[in-house]
Amino acid sequence: MTELYDWFIAPFAEFSFMRRALVACLALGLSSAPVGVLLVLRRMSLVGDAMAHALLPGAALGFIAAGFSLYAMGLGGFIAAMLVATLAGWVTRKTGQREDASFAAFYLIALAGGVMLISLRGNSVDLMHVLFGTILAVDDDALILMTAVSSVTLVALALMYRPLVVECFDPGFLRSVGGRGGLVHLLFQTLVVLNLVSGFQALGTLMAVGLMMLPAASARFWAVRVSSLFAVAALIAVASGMAGLLISYHAHLPSGPAIVLVAGAAYIASLLLGRRDSALQFLLRKQSHRIA
Amino acid sequence: MIFPRFSWVTIAALGLAHALSASVCSAQSVATERVRVVASFSILADMVREVGGDAVEVTALVGPSADAHVFEPSPADARRVASAQLLVVNGLGFEGWLSRLVTASGYRGTVLVATSGIAPRKVGRTVDPHAWQSLNNALVYVENIHLALVKSSPSQAAYFQKNAEQYSAKIRALDASVRERIATVPAAERRVITSHDAFGYFGDAYKVEFIAAQGWSTDSEASAAAVARIIRQLKARQVRAVFVENVSDPRLAQRISKEGGGVIGGTLYSDALSASGTSGDTYLKLFEHNANALVKALTVR
Repeated sequence: MTELYDWFIAPFAEFSFMRRALVACLALGLSSAPVGVLLVLRRMSLVGDAMAHALLPGAALGFIAAGFSLYAMGLGGFIAAMLVATLAGWVTRKTGQREDASFAAFYLIALAGGVMLISLRGNSVDLMHVLFGTILAVDDDALILMTAVSSVTLVALALMYRPLVVECFDPGFLRSVGGRGGLVHLLFQTLVVLNLVSGFQALGTLMAVGLMMLPAASARFWAVRVSSLFAVAALIAVASGMAGLLISYHAHLPSGPAIVLVAGAAYIASLLLGRRDSALQFLLRKQSHRIA
Repeated sequence: MIFPRFSWVTIAALGLAHALSASVCSAQSVATERVRVVASFSILADMVREVGGDAVEVTALVGPSADAHVFEPSPADARRVASAQLLVVNGLGFEGWLSRLVTASGYRGTVLVATSGIAPRKVGRTVDPHAWQSLNNALVYVENIHLALVKSSPSQAAYFQKNAEQYSAKIRALDASVRERIATVPAAERRVITSHDAFGYFGDAYKVEFIAAQGWSTDSEASAAAVARIIRQLKARQVRAVFVENVSDPRLAQRISKEGGGVIGGTLYSDALSASGTSGDTYLKLFEHNANALVKALTVR
């Protein structure tokens, strides 16, 4: 019994930084995973990483205005990422451009602008090291930020669940019934940017994007309904966080990569053995067909 | 002819002045151009300035408070390297971006590896590049820089020699003073925590134990086990002080010190000089600052 305790509970009982990391994972997992599921459904899975680059000009401007202030750079980054996401969405609605291509175009422009600004005014290294955090160093500000964002996201998702899902699958129908699809889209983008920017600041790019997309990608092998997808993705995200932290603790491995690799292992297990459309299912299905 | 005495004196004085100015002029005309040196980072640049004095024009690629481990050179840097007459680098794997920059810039001059002749510190198979954190090694750096400058501009060998000797004397004096100060802290209490493993050479030279969560490079990530180990040591009062550095994110060190019950002992200058006008803007001041901060934190109960 003590073995089990030593393996699973003791690290968290003994160290405050482990407890904080766990809470941060919980917050991140609960809110990012559903957002990730929606991104996967809209075929915008690569948005996460692109967003890390899109916030650069805003962070650079924040740095120029206020030096190494996390608030200024975070706010600047948030505004820049919102701008990119909004413009991309707006262009998609008003022109024939697809959403992913539109987003790619704008984030590249933003990235180049950001690099230009930084080269004119200073060293990019300092900026990035200050802006992107690490899960083992979650301080009070970062914890409050993550949990606040998580709460807001969950409430917002609950409130606009129906229009959001319909907008994913059939925006035309939503428009025809006067469902204010544009507003919903904008709110959704705000949630995406909010989760990503706060994730970057508290935990770094790898973890923020990793726990958003990998559990979402895994969930489709287990569930069909959107609400079930949300639940499965959130579960996988939180479990990966906890397992990754324990592995980092017991096996002396860096924590961010460990967590994301556990999520990756869950993904591979899902795609091989999942209940829905996995490799195993395809294998079994073939066997059951017998053409006369 | 008998001239009044003061005239003789005047003529002699004028003659002397003329001879002196002629020699100065001729020295200047032989080397009116200062040797253009590019150093890879600020600490090396400072050393070159001390040895070269007015005869060199030094620029550093990685400036004060910047991190050379993750530096990315720009076209301006390539241009600077291309037009240099001497390139001074640390070596020991400190500048991972260097070989590509040298090839890209087309520089064909001398590359001085300032750590030549220094037996590097190794842990396992990795080599620790932070050799400048030991003043004995600094003497080797200065000698290497001195010889390279003499080769670049032989006519000023005497000037370089004089500067190198004066600087080395200052370094030796500082070394003695640092040893004296550290000796006031009992050996068993000489343990501190820093952000990344930059002070190995300092630790070896002055018998201080440095513990870091991050490894050699600021680009690597810490494991939960490493952070836990450090916090345990802090809690057991086996380690007294936690230091942040001027080139890395302070949040991990702050978290560690908050949980371990220690106090942030201040900032240590590890891989770069600090901004000009602050307490670490030359190599000697940097060393002095670090030593003082360490001793102060270790003697506070």
